[in-house]
Amino acid sequence: MNFDPRYSGRSFSSVGTRPLRPDGVDKVTGRARYGADFNMAGQLVGRVLRSPHAHAIIKKIDTSKAEKLAGVKAVITAKDLPDLTDGDAAMFDTLDNCMARKKALYDGHAVAAVAAIDARTARQALKLIEVDYEVLPHVTDVDEAMQHHAPLINDAIFTEGLEEKPVKPSNVSKRTQYGHGDVHQGFAQADFVVERSFKTEQTHQGYIEPHACVASVNPDGTADLWVCTQGHFVYRQHCAQLLGLEVSKLRVTSSEIGGGFGGKTHVWAEPVALALSRKAGRPVKLVMTRDEVFRASGPTSATSIDVKIGARKDGTITAAEATLRYTCGPYAGMWAEIGAMTAFACYKLENVKTVGYEVLVNRPKTAAYRAPSAPMAAFAVESAVDELAKEIGIDPVEFRIKNAAQEGTRASYGPVYGPIGIGPTLEAVKEHPHMRAPLAQNQGRGMACGFWFNFGGQTCTDLNIGMDGTVSLAVGTVDVGGSRASLSLVAAEELGIDYGQVKAIVADTSSLGYNDMTDGSRGTFSSSMATISAARNAIKVLRERAAQMWDISVDDVAWEKGHAVAKGEKHGNLGKLSLKEIAAQSGKTGGPIAGHSELVADGAGVSFATHICDVEVDPETGSTRVIRYTVVQDAGKAVHPTYVEGQYQGGAAQGIGWALNEEYIYGKDGRLQNPGFLDYRIPVCSDLPMIDTQILEIPNPNHPYGVRGVGETSIVPPLAAIANAVSNAVGVRMSHIPMSPPRILAALEAEREG
Amino acid sequence: MRYIRPQSIEEAAGLLASAAGPAAILAGGSDLLVRMKGGFIEPELIVDIKAIAGLSEIKETADGFSIGAAVPCAVLGENAALKKAWPGVVEAAKLIGSKQVQGRCTIVGNLCNASPAADSVPALVAAGAKAVVAGPNGRRTIAVEAVPTGPGRTSLAKGEIIEAILLDKPAPNAGDAYQRFIPRTEMDIAVVSAGVNLTLDEAGAIKAARVALGAAAPTVLLVEEAAEVLVGSKLDEATLERLAKICAGACRPIDDKRGTIEFRRKVAGVLAKRVATTAYERAGGK
Repeated sequence: MNFDPRYSGRSFSSVGTRPLRPDGVDKVTGRARYGADFNMAGQLVGRVLRSPHAHAIIKKIDTSKAEKLAGVKAVITAKDLPDLTDGDAAMFDTLDNCMARKKALYDGHAVAAVAAIDARTARQALKLIEVDYEVLPHVTDVDEAMQHHAPLINDAIFTEGLEEKPVKPSNVSKRTQYGHGDVHQGFAQADFVVERSFKTEQTHQGYIEPHACVASVNPDGTADLWVCTQGHFVYRQHCAQLLGLEVSKLRVTSSEIGGGFGGKTHVWAEPVALALSRKAGRPVKLVMTRDEVFRASGPTSATSIDVKIGARKDGTITAAEATLRYTCGPYAGMWAEIGAMTAFACYKLENVKTVGYEVLVNRPKTAAYRAPSAPMAAFAVESAVDELAKEIGIDPVEFRIKNAAQEGTRASYGPVYGPIGIGPTLEAVKEHPHMRAPLAQNQGRGMACGFWFNFGGQTCTDLNIGMDGTVSLAVGTVDVGGSRASLSLVAAEELGIDYGQVKAIVADTSSLGYNDMTDGSRGTFSSSMATISAARNAIKVLRERAAQMWDISVDDVAWEKGHAVAKGEKHGNLGKLSLKEIAAQSGKTGGPIAGHSELVADGAGVSFATHICDVEVDPETGSTRVIRYTVVQDAGKAVHPTYVEGQYQGGAAQGIGWALNEEYIYGKDGRLQNPGFLDYRIPVCSDLPMIDTQILEIPNPNHPYGVRGVGETSIVPPLAAIANAVSNAVGVRMSHIPMSPPRILAALEAEREG
Repeated sequence: MRYIRPQSIEEAAGLLASAAGPAAILAGGSDLLVRMKGGFIEPELIVDIKAIAGLSEIKETADGFSIGAAVPCAVLGENAALKKAWPGVVEAAKLIGSKQVQGRCTIVGNLCNASPAADSVPALVAAGAKAVVAGPNGRRTIAVEAVPTGPGRTSLAKGEIIEAILLDKPAPNAGDAYQRFIPRTEMDIAVVSAGVNLTLDEAGAIKAARVALGAAAPTVLLVEEAAEVLVGSKLDEATLERLAKICAGACRPIDDKRGTIEFRRKVAGVLAKRVATTAYERAGGK
């Protein structure tokens, strides 16, 4: 396949418009089927027994009483999910996380599960399972876990990435380092140096729809799984591996998704549901409660970060350094590494060094959360950058513009940038009326920048043309933010037909080749590339069919605005043929017309954003309200601008919640104190102002339309933007996220007492 | 599980009194159903009191108001006379949960749930509200503050049901108000709260006051010392500062996921000042 993905600079007729989404009516009428909306005849109810201890040896599990309870059809423990991971350490961690084997490693860790005829019986059965625990000392705090005397979570983990191989096991699974130049020399050249330490608490993606699935395993080794996921092909791969199924015999169908944000990229309940179904011989439905979602799915890391930045009087940064410690839950991860890569990605730096430490703690296994690891690093760096600008006496926007990375800059994490948007977003912010709007008492304005890599990956798409000239587009990337509308626009654009003629669906794993999951802001980027490729392949067929209908050479047939057009002097009398006319004859000209594509979407353009935020702080209570918010971000090309704006607003909204109130609160006993939306406070509608957006379009040279991913970057700047705004409103520099009212009031009191 | 919808308060009290296992009263269900769905309780008997005559009514008499145990909080807000007489009680009831929850939840349920953070309770205590308790041995009327005895616990005996909440007609030149502190703007639970009810003399000086704090101790606190400071004043700056200090001192809060002891003390004082100021204005003070 000789698909040319390069940006062509073409003009558009469909792309860039704002039609209604194809899934909209179903969603607003309640007809759309989410994870828990699927049911099968004879289906059982699955429930999971979870450890109440943060860290405990599982000495014995007695399931005999539960098995005898009338209505119980299967009880499973780790024994029913034997280790088939064949030395794959990451998959073994996934398996152990799905069902604890020797130790329970966090409050909420699954230790057993039941399938019963109804929820009440399943609940009763859980109470009849006897688990003999030996409770061990635990650690949940990132800094405490790094201490020598901290309880050791896994004695087989020795810190990787050290110069000398350690002789003792550690809660630090890995050290990583990025950067270039010589930071010591750089700091020696600095007139001003700011050095600060920051902490951020653990947050959850807060998707409204809990994890849910129905699993049905047949005696012949085939199985079906209906599940709410961001990546049904990945779930198929992982479940097949963990259950010992053949990949092509497990068919996974993804439901509509009520939010994922990275949290539905990992399996938790699905292998358990499959194991229950296999044992019971009946379909099993497993729906997690909100309590389970908080305690036992995958929140993001809690962090502790030190930052040091030096600059000359003229505002040139001479050196930048950061040490980043990220919690991974009780298993090895690479979260600090991502933080270390993203921390200084916005800037052009001669001397930069970042070090990341992956820290094991007795908390749930960390999962991706929208631009995972980047918001915390940006909070620390952008807070320090703001403070440094103040010390030098230079405007914070000007300071950032002066030091912004540009095309040709070597990024702090290694590669050399192509055309990028950090400079343009800063220039747009500088000119934005928001920056000049008046502020009242106790109000302050802050701004901050953010970066995200973006990802492309494996993608497979089918485009089928019906005999009535309508087009069905089957994609394998789950639609988390309106991508069916965007991809329909792309198909319409490429074929030269109306958006209304295209119907996009997310196909199941047996209907399409492998697709990576919808993560890394890749959904629209990669599937639009595959859609363009599939459409071009379909156009080739359409041209061949037209040539046949005209009985001329295909070389003389061009495709223009949805029509085959005969070219050349001798065909001057031939009228053009529409897609519909060609499709109507397809039965006689060679059968169905389709275009297929399979590709690895390389060249996802990096993404930058700059945010502006106004807050008002009540100095008597420490309560903070965001009163105005503006997002400026580069989209490359906004395929469907409304959904691009939606991504910008959604990321900002989640960032505002994270900055102000969201946090995992653990008691001294290592148990999560707030596993519900009452005390884990995501913002409600009235907490947020209307979030204003400005889309910049700096084309990605590696995509035919210039598209970049847009889903994640918008959550990167808010923590820092709000912290900078609070600092400007009431004069206290908040170094601990969330900036909850008790923390702000305590900081204000400390400031008043001097 | 048995679900029964009795027609009289006597029948309801009898069912509850003779229940062998755990029993629960269902009015709005905004606490009960959430707990049942969460698996925290599994009642053997549920007594739905919504069909009992009179329990879904607000009765206005010459002396005051009687609010039936099954009256949803949203209905309080639709009663113009009640709203005019006791704006603080109504604004407190209208803060509970969300709009949808307010269509179901009741102030009696809020009281009997016995959470120290219950929104309507400090306002009711400040207003001097009384509860009519019906039980196997007849009826008794007690002060609202006598109902909760600790988090999740009440002074009600087995078989007793609160039938109604009584509010007097307010004195001339009186006003009440309620505010809570929450980190969000709505759909949240009070970190600390204050209800204040003031009556002024003709010169605008405070002649009677009741100050109640929520989420500041195991039960709602009626702070008599705070009332003493207010009486005789015209709510000048110095009085407000003393009020704040006394309220902060009167708190016996805990450190928990919702706030620290320090924070609750300080904000209790801040809220007391703000709420007293609103109550004073509503009473006609300037």
